[in-house]
Amino acid sequence: MAVVPLERKPLTFAERTYLPQIAEGLRTTWRHLVRPKTTLEYPEQRPAVPPGYRGVPTLVKDPNGREKCVSCQLCEFVCPPKAIRITPGGIAEDAPHAHVEKAPREFEIDMLRCIYCGMCQEVCPEEAIWLQSQYSMTGYSREEMVNNKARLYELGGTLPDEHFKWDRKKAAEESGGGHH
Amino acid sequence: MIDLYLSLHPVAQGVLKGLAVIMVIFPIGGICSMAERKVSAWIQGRPGPNRAIVPWVSWIPVIGPFLQRLGLFHVLADGGKMLFKEDALPGHVNKFYFVLAPVVAMMPALTTVTTVPFGAYLDAAGRVVPLGLANVDIGLIAVFAVGSLGVYSLILAGWASNSKYPFLGGVRASAQLISYELSLTMSVLPVFLWINAPGTPGTMSLARAVEFQSLPGFWGGMWFAFLMPVSALVFLIALFAETNRHPFDMAEGESDLVGGFHTEYGAFKWGLFFVAEYAHMLIGSGVFTLLFLGGWNPLPWVPLATLVGWLAPLHPLLSHPLFVGLLSIGIFLGKVIALIFFFMWVRWTVPRFRYDQVMEIGWRKLLPLSVANLVFYAAAIAVIQTR
Repeated sequence: MAVVPLERKPLTFAERTYLPQIAEGLRTTWRHLVRPKTTLEYPEQRPAVPPGYRGVPTLVKDPNGREKCVSCQLCEFVCPPKAIRITPGGIAEDAPHAHVEKAPREFEIDMLRCIYCGMCQEVCPEEAIWLQSQYSMTGYSREEMVNNKARLYELGGTLPDEHFKWDRKKAAEESGGGHH
Repeated sequence: MIDLYLSLHPVAQGVLKGLAVIMVIFPIGGICSMAERKVSAWIQGRPGPNRAIVPWVSWIPVIGPFLQRLGLFHVLADGGKMLFKEDALPGHVNKFYFVLAPVVAMMPALTTVTTVPFGAYLDAAGRVVPLGLANVDIGLIAVFAVGSLGVYSLILAGWASNSKYPFLGGVRASAQLISYELSLTMSVLPVFLWINAPGTPGTMSLARAVEFQSLPGFWGGMWFAFLMPVSALVFLIALFAETNRHPFDMAEGESDLVGGFHTEYGAFKWGLFFVAEYAHMLIGSGVFTLLFLGGWNPLPWVPLATLVGWLAPLHPLLSHPLFVGLLSIGIFLGKVIALIFFFMWVRWTVPRFRYDQVMEIGWRKLLPLSVANLVFYAAAIAVIQTR
């Protein structure tokens, strides 16, 4: 590596008095004083949430209004702080999506335990659980901080679906084919 | 009303005047603490405290939100918090001196006000009469003598707290204050050498210093800051050290001493230290303004009397002593507040010195500089005034 010898100049008298430096510093701080402020005043102004943000985990429905969760409980197993608790249940025989067979009877996420790691979303084979853009989760009691199934669907809403996996499966069965 | 006031016993008049001054100093101290937070915030790119508001003020359309943004009501909130907090007294302190220290801090801060004139009015003969609690001849000496008592509160607080960091803070503060008092005193001597010309009655009065900056002519109207820049500079630097302000913030360097001498204090006792610090800043800035920035004269070469001469033809009320008095107080306070803003501005510009640097600057830089300055001006004044 090339060595670049730097010439160390002795300080001039003005520099040794330290006063020109202070004047320059005062100029800098003055510039900051008059410059527009950069603070985001939170409750009134909200930050723009970037795509891919990992906010509060939610359950979503597909565009046809079918709840996507099939209560496989993978998220419950993978959840590092054990924040998720699922009570599996069946689907009524006469329901339009009876062939999906399973759905959660109750689904609870304890937001006091959740660490927003997103592993539940990553592990979900049905793309049913999503960490969406809500970043503020507050409550007055511990019970309030547990999101039940109704609340999770309310928070999650409907997300667009790229696959319609169960519809295609049903169509394939009806047309006599095996795998779709 | 003026007649009623003049008919009172002089002692009653003095008490009223004193109360009036204290009633001004306390709110200014509170507003300064607020201004400190605001200026700090602005320099750091934040809006600063802007939440507290009294409901009936927020109903005023434009002014209410503006005052809220300005954080004016945080002064009330802060002061109220200070009053109603639990006033904890640690078990390991020396109780009597622990309680005494904040009181001792307030006393010199409020006592020095008496000899600092803060305005002037023109009497019927057109002479400028200074306004102040006591326009005494010892003026500045009284300020220095009583002001230097402030160091005892720091020593008392540091020692009575009976714990390590407050003690170190108290020791540092006392060493620093004593070191810089020398240069502080030396730096103002040229001013008074110039004022006390041979054959004139001797005085250390601050009002007299202002009078000397209001004389006609190029040299007469010049503020002492231009006439004696080195004196002004040394005085200003020593003032920063004396008031324990950044960059000489040794007594309460939070990175190495937690809170310094007031680590063990809380609630109103801590608040008293705080107000005393701002009162010291106010008095110090006031003395600097009087000595070097022309006191109540609006501009260099434009004394108060000239300004009143310009205003008088416009309206008879404008030359009324009451208006002139208020105008001069306004000019004086404006300069003082500008200086206090400068204190805050410097706080965020210059990083804190190390303790050995503080001692180095005080003893090996400022003191020789102020002595050389004194010798130079003594010789120059001797040549000019004996000619």
